[in-house]
Amino acid sequence: MVEPRPGLTILTHGVLSLGVVLVAFPLYVTLVASTHTAESLLSRVPLWLGGHFWENYRTVLGAGMRAAGGASVGTMLRNSLVMALAIALGKIAISIVSAYAIVYFRFPLRMACFWTIFLTLMLPVEVRILPTFKVVADLHLLNSYAGLTVPLIASATATFLFRQFFLTVPEELAETARIDGAGPLRFFWSILVPLSRTTIAALVVVLFIYGWNQYLWPLLVTTDEGMYTVVMGLKRMVTVADQAAQWNLAMAAVILALLPPVVVVVLAQRWFVKGLIEPEK
Amino acid sequence: MRGRRVRLAIALSVLVFLATGPGEAATEIQWWHAMPDALGEWVQDLAAGFNQTQAEYKVVPVFKGTYTETMTGVIAAFRAHQHPQIVQVFEVGTATMMAAKGAVKPVWQLMAESGEKFDPGAYLPAVAGYYTTADGKMLSLPFNSSTPVLYYNKDAFKKAGLDPLKPPKTWPEVAEDAKKLQAAGYPCGLTTEWQTWIHLENLSAWHNQPIATKENGLAGLDAELTLNGPVQVKHIQQLGEWQKTAVFEYGGRQAADKAKFYTGRCAMLTASSAAYAAVAAATTGKLEFGIAPLPYWPDVPGAPQNTIIGGASLWVLAGHKPEEYRGVARFFNYLSSAQVQAVSHQRTGYLPITEAAFELTKAQGFYQKRPGADVAIQEITHKPPTPNSKGLRLGSMAQIRDIMDEELETVWAGKKSAKEALDSLVKRGNEILRQFERTNH
Amino acid sequence: MPKRVVFPHRALPWALVFPQLLITLVFFVWPAGQALVQSVLLQDAFGLSTHFVGTENFRRLVADPNYVHAVRVTLVFVGATVGLAMAAALLLAAMADRVGRGVVVYRTLLICPYAIAPAVAGVLWHFLFNPTIGVVAGWLQALGYAWNHVLNGGQALVLVILAAAWKQVSYNFLFFLAGLQAIPRAVQEAAAIDGAGPGARFWRIVFPLLSPTTFFLLVLNLVYAFFETFGIVHAVTGGGPAKATETLVFKVFNDGFVGLDFGRSAAQSVVLMAIVTGLTVVQFRYVERRVQY
Repeated sequence: MVEPRPGLTILTHGVLSLGVVLVAFPLYVTLVASTHTAESLLSRVPLWLGGHFWENYRTVLGAGMRAAGGASVGTMLRNSLVMALAIALGKIAISIVSAYAIVYFRFPLRMACFWTIFLTLMLPVEVRILPTFKVVADLHLLNSYAGLTVPLIASATATFLFRQFFLTVPEELAETARIDGAGPLRFFWSILVPLSRTTIAALVVVLFIYGWNQYLWPLLVTTDEGMYTVVMGLKRMVTVADQAAQWNLAMAAVILALLPPVVVVVLAQRWFVKGLIEPEK
Repeated sequence: MRGRRVRLAIALSVLVFLATGPGEAATEIQWWHAMPDALGEWVQDLAAGFNQTQAEYKVVPVFKGTYTETMTGVIAAFRAHQHPQIVQVFEVGTATMMAAKGAVKPVWQLMAESGEKFDPGAYLPAVAGYYTTADGKMLSLPFNSSTPVLYYNKDAFKKAGLDPLKPPKTWPEVAEDAKKLQAAGYPCGLTTEWQTWIHLENLSAWHNQPIATKENGLAGLDAELTLNGPVQVKHIQQLGEWQKTAVFEYGGRQAADKAKFYTGRCAMLTASSAAYAAVAAATTGKLEFGIAPLPYWPDVPGAPQNTIIGGASLWVLAGHKPEEYRGVARFFNYLSSAQVQAVSHQRTGYLPITEAAFELTKAQGFYQKRPGADVAIQEITHKPPTPNSKGLRLGSMAQIRDIMDEELETVWAGKKSAKEALDSLVKRGNEILRQFERTNH
Repeated sequence: MPKRVVFPHRALPWALVFPQLLITLVFFVWPAGQALVQSVLLQDAFGLSTHFVGTENFRRLVADPNYVHAVRVTLVFVGATVGLAMAAALLLAAMADRVGRGVVVYRTLLICPYAIAPAVAGVLWHFLFNPTIGVVAGWLQALGYAWNHVLNGGQALVLVILAAAWKQVSYNFLFFLAGLQAIPRAVQEAAAIDGAGPGARFWRIVFPLLSPTTFFLLVLNLVYAFFETFGIVHAVTGGGPAKATETLVFKVFNDGFVGLDFGRSAAQSVVLMAIVTGLTVVQFRYVERRVQY
């Protein structure tokens, strides 16, 4: 807020509240549904929290996950966590340096590299999933963390975003670095990366969630139940629960699977700091 | 000094033991399946049961998602030479599996080569027929089969003045009952799941009408659809008219909306016999339901004939070692034993696959304890199957079912007449069949 | 693009780009090439028999009225989804950027929908809009509006647009907010001192500064709407009723995974890829000119 304007502030809160209601409403319904019995859900899902919260969640954590096959909740959580973190950090790491190279250097085939990397956006994973599976199998990476994560690091979202951001960084900063005798890597580490904080934060959230929510790829690449992820177990529960009209349990499972991503969202908020420290000119 | 030597000896022997293990490891057989949750536990128990009876082979079930996802997984794995020995494939994938001659090992061949005893005659003809060639050779092992039945709301019937022990036998009776139910306050008479399987495929078989030429495709890849025959047109037309007065209410594709029955809105539901557990779970304490055979049109000669199955079967994939196949053969015999079948049938509601299992279940008094559980079997064994009612084998069946869904939806929405929709269905379906034939000759 | 300060090194950039390039080549270009080659083949599901058929798969597409119909459905779907998702997200982000107190709560609640696994999101919409038990369906029916997306094609399309846009609003909000937060307050303050009101400040100063993010989101939203909405359509309407919600990407996956006709699916992928690549190139050439870096 630059200057106080009470009228506008009220409007702002109003719009935000309405937005939250509209956007978060489906989630709210999910939460509500997870606290009722299956029968009460059959005649028009109610809007208020029911009294079966603990019962449903205990059932899901106990029986539900066990029936979802072999792997314990702990194992699935570990696998999901490893996968999500590896993808998030991996993508950010390789993309930030690529974007840096493309924006701040001139080298032959520079634009060709950009477009090759960028092209990965133009074809979704599922279309190429069968041949990708073969590549992973040939590299003996099935049933491994590497096989789960590396093929998903290939896309260009992060590179594109960093490129956009780097193009907005004032030229003077790089100028000054050069004049001061700082090499490109120094400039990168000390100036560019700190400046990119909010971008990195946003990407951590998005990529972690992307990695966490992967379903089809882990399903194909693993046959060892020790490698199952939370979302795989969840999807099983939800499919069957849908059939058997045990939606209260299905929704409880959805909420549970949501918790780690939500934690990441909350934690990453700290980096969404308004008004970064202006670097010395 | 002596103490140390003893300890060393112990340590060494432990090492030797660990290095060599308790004898040779069992040959592992991977079984990819699509059975989630409680059914997944059933699969695990079957494998565990077999593994306990012998030490040479170990069946390891792996859950691979829905039927479609499992199919994708198996294809991906096959193309990368990482495929399992056994895979559960849904019935609509039968033609694809059968046409993939280099990828599958037919059951009759597996059994013959492994030297295990195998009696194809022990299997219920209506169940095994779906997965057998025209000359009686079994291609895949029927695993979880079901057939459509009529669930009806006994409480609603009582309220409408109908006898809850006398569900409608014919379609005209369904309409009459529906009108009385509507008068008693139930908005809708009948709803359904799997409209394609129940109201086109099974409708045809139940009335001894062909679904396609060439024995519904069992006798050749050059089959053509015949779903626009007079009986089918009449039935769909009637359903379309009933949709207008809510005697029939369409709820969505596949297994989308049984909730209409659970909530008491529709007093009758045509659904899979395997839906029993779900229906029971969702209606305990709310309403009492009964099970009846599918209704039929009394003016069609030969009706009712027998219903055909849906579900999945177990296929064996090529490219594995002979000792693994021996294990698979033993496992299949284990699965087919009367004892195992009877327990499975009673546990899951899926049809028993052998005559012996059915007899055993009867002898155990199960059908007295659970009235209605034998409706399904009675339907499939009502009469010996004719070429129109052994089953069907059409390529790209999943896509053909999509087309069926679409065309039926145009009828329910009042956009097309039944005849137009079914003619269009046949035309579009035949195109797909010809494409499949070309790709797989 | 404006002239930039560049470093003169030759080998270093290659080293920096190498990891991503390698992964891209091995796990994208190579498999994608194989997938696309299938578009000129007629192959059975298991890859046991292969015939080369040239452009036949493509010709069949063009001749198929259902394909043309799917193109139309897709254009409506993409336009509505992207428009809705971006406008709503921008509004909310602008508001959230302004607000001091409670911003963490708003932010968390608005970003959370993105956290729901697509594999299960369909069940949610079932809960809301299913004609028999859905909450919102109940409200609509109480208001006299006969909601039945199982039979009504228009309603089904509205539903999938809502479902697809919903998830994207979260995503866009996140990036718009990050972008807005990166704009130094000093700039806004200077404009305020010059007498510009909040509305003028936003459109004349903030929005242009936000344009790199907006451009990024525009490209990504289009890609998302074209390519990644198969799951939503499949779970919510299955492409029905009677093809009312059958988008191009839905057809790609349906023909591929359900129909097991990989040649046809690959041909459609090629077309889809061409469309989106074309759109992207157009954006880079014309829209990016107006982006302020």
